[in-house]
Amino acid sequence: MTAEQLIFIIVAAVTLVAGISVVTSRNLIHSALWLILTLFGVAIFYVLLDAGFFAVIQVIIYIGAIAILFIFAAMLTRRVMQDTGPQTNPNWWLGGLIALLLFAGIVFILINWQGFSSLAPKLTNPSGRIIQLGLALVSPDQYVLPFELASVLLVAGMIGAIFVAGEKKQ
Amino acid sequence: MNFFSDPITFIANWLGNLLLGWGVTQPVVTVILKFIGAGLVGTFGFSLVIFTIWLERKLYGRIQDRLGPNRVGPWGIFQTFPDMIKIFTKEYITPVGADKVVYNLAPILSVSAVLLTWAVIPFAQTIVGTDVNVGVLYLVAIGGIGALGIILAGYSSNNKYSLLGAFRAVAQIVSYEVPMVLALLVPVLLGRSMGVNSLVNAQSVWFVIMSPIAAFIFFTSSMAETGRAPFDLLEAESELVAGYQTEYSGLKFGMFYVGEFLHAFTISALTATLFLGGWRGPWAEQIPILGTAWFFIKAFIVYFVVVLIRISMPRLRIDQMLNFNWKFLTPLALVLLIVTAVVDKVFYIIIPGFNILNSIIPWVRAGVHLLVNVIIVLITVQILKTHRIKGVQVVGKPRPVAVAPEPPASVIS
Repeated sequence: MTAEQLIFIIVAAVTLVAGISVVTSRNLIHSALWLILTLFGVAIFYVLLDAGFFAVIQVIIYIGAIAILFIFAAMLTRRVMQDTGPQTNPNWWLGGLIALLLFAGIVFILINWQGFSSLAPKLTNPSGRIIQLGLALVSPDQYVLPFELASVLLVAGMIGAIFVAGEKKQ
Repeated sequence: MNFFSDPITFIANWLGNLLLGWGVTQPVVTVILKFIGAGLVGTFGFSLVIFTIWLERKLYGRIQDRLGPNRVGPWGIFQTFPDMIKIFTKEYITPVGADKVVYNLAPILSVSAVLLTWAVIPFAQTIVGTDVNVGVLYLVAIGGIGALGIILAGYSSNNKYSLLGAFRAVAQIVSYEVPMVLALLVPVLLGRSMGVNSLVNAQSVWFVIMSPIAAFIFFTSSMAETGRAPFDLLEAESELVAGYQTEYSGLKFGMFYVGEFLHAFTISALTATLFLGGWRGPWAEQIPILGTAWFFIKAFIVYFVVVLIRISMPRLRIDQMLNFNWKFLTPLALVLLIVTAVVDKVFYIIIPGFNILNSIIPWVRAGVHLLVNVIIVLITVQILKTHRIKGVQVVGKPRPVAVAPEPPASVIS
């Protein structure tokens, strides 16, 4: 067993335990903290895959912005320090069903995938990969359309947020 | 490779060869050396704080016409050691109803977020913890974890003042991250890289000359990130006791304290690295250890400015703080980023047309960028002048000034 496999197994175990704790923890803030640990685990997977850029972006976006927003929103709710109350609502079976179907779908797709038994190919040109990514995002025959669509979506979201939060002038 | 010109690399090579000679494999040697390096950088950061705490208290004292610490050692230079021993022996108090795990996790997160920054700062050309190729983004990511530490401290203390401090902290830190990231993108554009050491290598002309506005925005917003005066609303003692760290005692409070002082020095080091040329200086490339000296001279000059601002400025109100960020720094940073990108691209398209020596092209480029920056400053000042608030509006009648009552007749006679 190589060092990389050892790290992978440890990180995977921690990530899974943290992921389960997100939904079983009785305290909202604790759930958010477990979520942060899960997202950190995913960031470490990116590092193991030699994708440092994605690891850092994962930490910036998901931990630096989204998780902090979760905690902030949870702190603004009432009775945040209390752990009482039911953990499920009447629709729990629907959520369980969707999760099960998604998992089955992933298993169905991956069951015939060859990647499990083959070694990852060595990446060429490690320092120029960010430049390649940047060029791919703006070149017309690659990903410029999804990229621009995402920008439009973000601008729309921003305008909506300003409209909702702005003062209503009578 | 000479011991005197580059001791750190020399020792690392010697240790690596020694371990290889003992039959340890190359990957294990790398891991061991990285661990030793991480331990050294961390210890060095903490030892530096011992000195900067003394330095800051001394400067604080001198500016307020006091002597500052002057009892322990010459000029009181060992004052921090008794303070440290005192704080080690203090009792830990956990408030009733506190969220125990989170309460104890917060100071660790807070201090480690600052310490993690040092992993990518190059002390000299060859002395750098890890030269990540996304170093600048890494700095931003680490800043987010620091905010997390503060917000958790405020929430878990089960104290209204702590919670209010945490709310203010999030508003401030998350807001000021926006202009900081935008200003950080300017060196990335100019240096054509996101690695911190390659940015230093690219500064044959310092970035503070090429883009003084970016340096100003980065410096100001990182001052706000540290949460010290004039941006210390998150622990405003006249309103919030001590903000998010009210309930902490003993070494847990010490962690926040050390984290704050280390953060102040870290932003100075970052400003020196990204805008003042880092380890660059005369003979720094021939004798790498000299680069360390240049780096610390620059870092301490910036640190002196940080301390001066902290001592001499009054605290901002929360609306002033947010307005300054969203209505001044962020638009300025956006304009600067777009203009810099366009100017730099146009410059490299036009420049082959002129017959200029290759050796002076960096200086011509710096001049063009400086000119653009000056123009942006002039336009900004003009806009600020035309949109300034016209005088102070009088809302009510002025109240009569208190007058001393007439003394009773018996006193006069």
